[in-house]
Amino acid sequence: MDPSRKRRLRLVLALSVAVLLAGALVYTSFSASTRASTPSDVVTSAEPGRSYELTGKVVDGSVDREGERLRFEIRDRDGTTSVPVAYEGVIPDPFREGREVIVEGELERGTFVAERDSLVTKCPSKFTKDEEST
Amino acid sequence: MAGLGSACLVVALLTAGYAAAASLYGARTHKRAWVVSGRRAIYCLAGLTVTATVVLQAAFLRSDFSFKLVAEGSSTDTPTFYKATAMWATQDGSLLLWALLLSVFSSVVLFLTRRSLREIAPYATAVLGVVTAFFLLLMVGWENPFTTLAVAPVEGAGLNPLLRHPAMMIHPPMLYTGYVGFAIPFAFAVGALVTRNTGADWIRATRRFALVAWTFLGTGILLGALWSYTELGWGGYWAWDPVENASLMPWLTGTAFLHSVMVQEKRGMLRVWNVCLIVATFVLALVGTFLVRSGILESIHAFGASTIGAQFLAFIALVLVGSTALVVWRLSDLRSEARLDSLLSREAFFLLNNLVLVALCLVIFWGTFFPLISDAVGAEASVGPPWFNRLVTPLALVLVLVMAIGPMVAWRRVTPAGLRRVVAIPAVVMLAVLVALVALTGAAESVTALIMFCLAALVLAVVGQELWRGASARRTMTGEAWPVALGRLFGRNRRRYGGYVVHAGIVVLFLGVAGSSAFAEQTDSRLSPGDTLRTGGYTVTYERATARLGGDGAGTGAPISFGAVLRLRDDDGHEQVLHPARNFYPTRDASKGAIGRYFEGEATSEVDVRWGLTRDFWTAVRPDVSALDGPIREANAKFADAGDEVQAVVIAAIAERYRSQPPPATFRTIVSPLVSWIWIGGGIFLLGALIAAWPSPEARVRRVRSLYKARLGKELSGA
Repeated sequence: MDPSRKRRLRLVLALSVAVLLAGALVYTSFSASTRASTPSDVVTSAEPGRSYELTGKVVDGSVDREGERLRFEIRDRDGTTSVPVAYEGVIPDPFREGREVIVEGELERGTFVAERDSLVTKCPSKFTKDEEST
Repeated sequence: MAGLGSACLVVALLTAGYAAAASLYGARTHKRAWVVSGRRAIYCLAGLTVTATVVLQAAFLRSDFSFKLVAEGSSTDTPTFYKATAMWATQDGSLLLWALLLSVFSSVVLFLTRRSLREIAPYATAVLGVVTAFFLLLMVGWENPFTTLAVAPVEGAGLNPLLRHPAMMIHPPMLYTGYVGFAIPFAFAVGALVTRNTGADWIRATRRFALVAWTFLGTGILLGALWSYTELGWGGYWAWDPVENASLMPWLTGTAFLHSVMVQEKRGMLRVWNVCLIVATFVLALVGTFLVRSGILESIHAFGASTIGAQFLAFIALVLVGSTALVVWRLSDLRSEARLDSLLSREAFFLLNNLVLVALCLVIFWGTFFPLISDAVGAEASVGPPWFNRLVTPLALVLVLVMAIGPMVAWRRVTPAGLRRVVAIPAVVMLAVLVALVALTGAAESVTALIMFCLAALVLAVVGQELWRGASARRTMTGEAWPVALGRLFGRNRRRYGGYVVHAGIVVLFLGVAGSSAFAEQTDSRLSPGDTLRTGGYTVTYERATARLGGDGAGTGAPISFGAVLRLRDDDGHEQVLHPARNFYPTRDASKGAIGRYFEGEATSEVDVRWGLTRDFWTAVRPDVSALDGPIREANAKFADAGDEVQAVVIAAIAERYRSQPPPATFRTIVSPLVSWIWIGGGIFLLGALIAAWPSPEARVRRVRSLYKARLGKELSGA
């Protein structure tokens, strides 16, 4: 094979590998992703059996701890629609009423059943501002 | 004092603008005096940012709460160490840190190149001036760290307790040093493109800066991982959090850059690629800063909405578009001097390593920005750590394989016979390790981990063989003793052999990652005093609860610390005692009650780890404070208006009640094999990087000679 054809072949080979990898990247990311949603999305249009990433604020006075189990409600960031959450597992350090949290799980008969250890608390925006507002 | 700080920033902004304009004008019109003036303006800039930093730092140390920043991020009871480092826990303070580091680095590099690179340096000066000006503009226009409060509060809010960890206080400046350091090679690359000096001069002048920046960035990332492992209370060291990813991406492209510049220096190839890599690295460094500060992605680091997101985005776009246009414009000057002779050559493997690193970076970039990408095409969604692990693991394995083979093949081409000669011993070592692992341990349970262990053995064998071959060649030539020969070998070619040490460090780190992610055993359980649990060959007994007032052992300034005494017994009968605890920091929220506010504020896990070479035993405790709700409510009502001393007595009583009648507490334990090797590997990495970056005696000789030559030239021309 003459060198220029060899080079072209190499280039085609490298490009097809790159395209293949990019395809895998796009495909796996869309199939493995969890959809982000707010409490009102979940309440109105959750499909059963599908995993959601629920983001919202913990409703004041809704937190109830029974041993390992944690029950609380999450409401929309700027709204009142809320959904009850049942959670088991480790509670992150900054978890508090009124704070913004993210939790992954499915809706089962009106309650959002969270996956074990999926609770994430967003850092309070600024240490002081948060204290003044709660 | 705040006035002085603000004035410094304004003058610095003007100075940065002047530096850029003067050096550009000087370069365009070939007026040396303007170029020199522009360079000196950068020195001046460094002086101004140092002054501003000193003013702010002094305010933190004096607890001057008339500074808004100090009132929000510090307090009189914050320990001094954390007062001194609280500056970069705030947005405005970290912008000042960026400007400070950038102006100081710029001054150093411009000072070192003042007699060389006459054509490139003025443009580099202009670029550095513009970048510094951008950060100064952000502070002057939107986020002034010297904002004062009309009425100074008596007490500040204190530093966020989660940040009260030694690693956390060194981690941000390290990352920033890395980010900022990459601005230097970027600026010189731009200069090289503008002036069409696209040889390897700009690389030689700035490669040490790139190396130092890369070392700092890598160390910073590792310190962040260590902080996560020992402070966050979840027991992991890497979560594919957007901000972690943001720091890893420039490090990956930076790693690619450090490798591919060698190809340009040696063979004059890959010029376009190198310029693109350094542009990508610098842009990613800006993106990293932007991500931490803008909060556009959900992250533990997302400290709320920021006011400077749009400005940052505009600047990143400007840098990206400007550099791309410049590269395209100069494409004809960037042609390679040589072509790839063979796929079995050092340069081909450097290229392969580059492709893998860039692919890794792309995967991480895609995953990190997936919420934004998916939002743009439909519903917002995100990918989790399993997705990252699935894609990154195979690429990491290929990377280690390339790392093993690369050093064995020669430049240009290698003959099959030559390859066979160097491959033999490492291959035998790898097979021996494979057989030993399968026969003697349970490593075969995880195929990925097994492959990683074997490849790591291959890399270590290759590094060992290279050192041995080099040292024995010196011995035959000079008859030196082994240690002398090895020492001189390193001295003669620091970059190469330091690089091999870095390789060894990285694979040792990968050993730890593979072992701990494949074989860790985690439990979460609720125990009462006297209860026992079995995990990973250990018996753990919760002996008793502890309650400590007035300062925890780690000196973070927590007033209350509830903990546990655990007795740990391994299968050989060795016993150890662990003291995990949880610190409670008071909130200033009055609605929680006079006493309740001490328990309802921030709380952090103080984990206890028994470090070991084969495995770590990691434990964290979460005391159930809700059992104290009754007494706390009662105390809130009774002692609402009591003095500090009475309240202290009441809190002591509540703490005593927790200690004597402890409710069940939740414990997380992790038995994690080989995790210590991550930190050991990090240490080896740092050592290797220092060896590679240390100025070699030859370089010093060269510098002295060129100085001498310059002086001689001056004297001759004067005569």
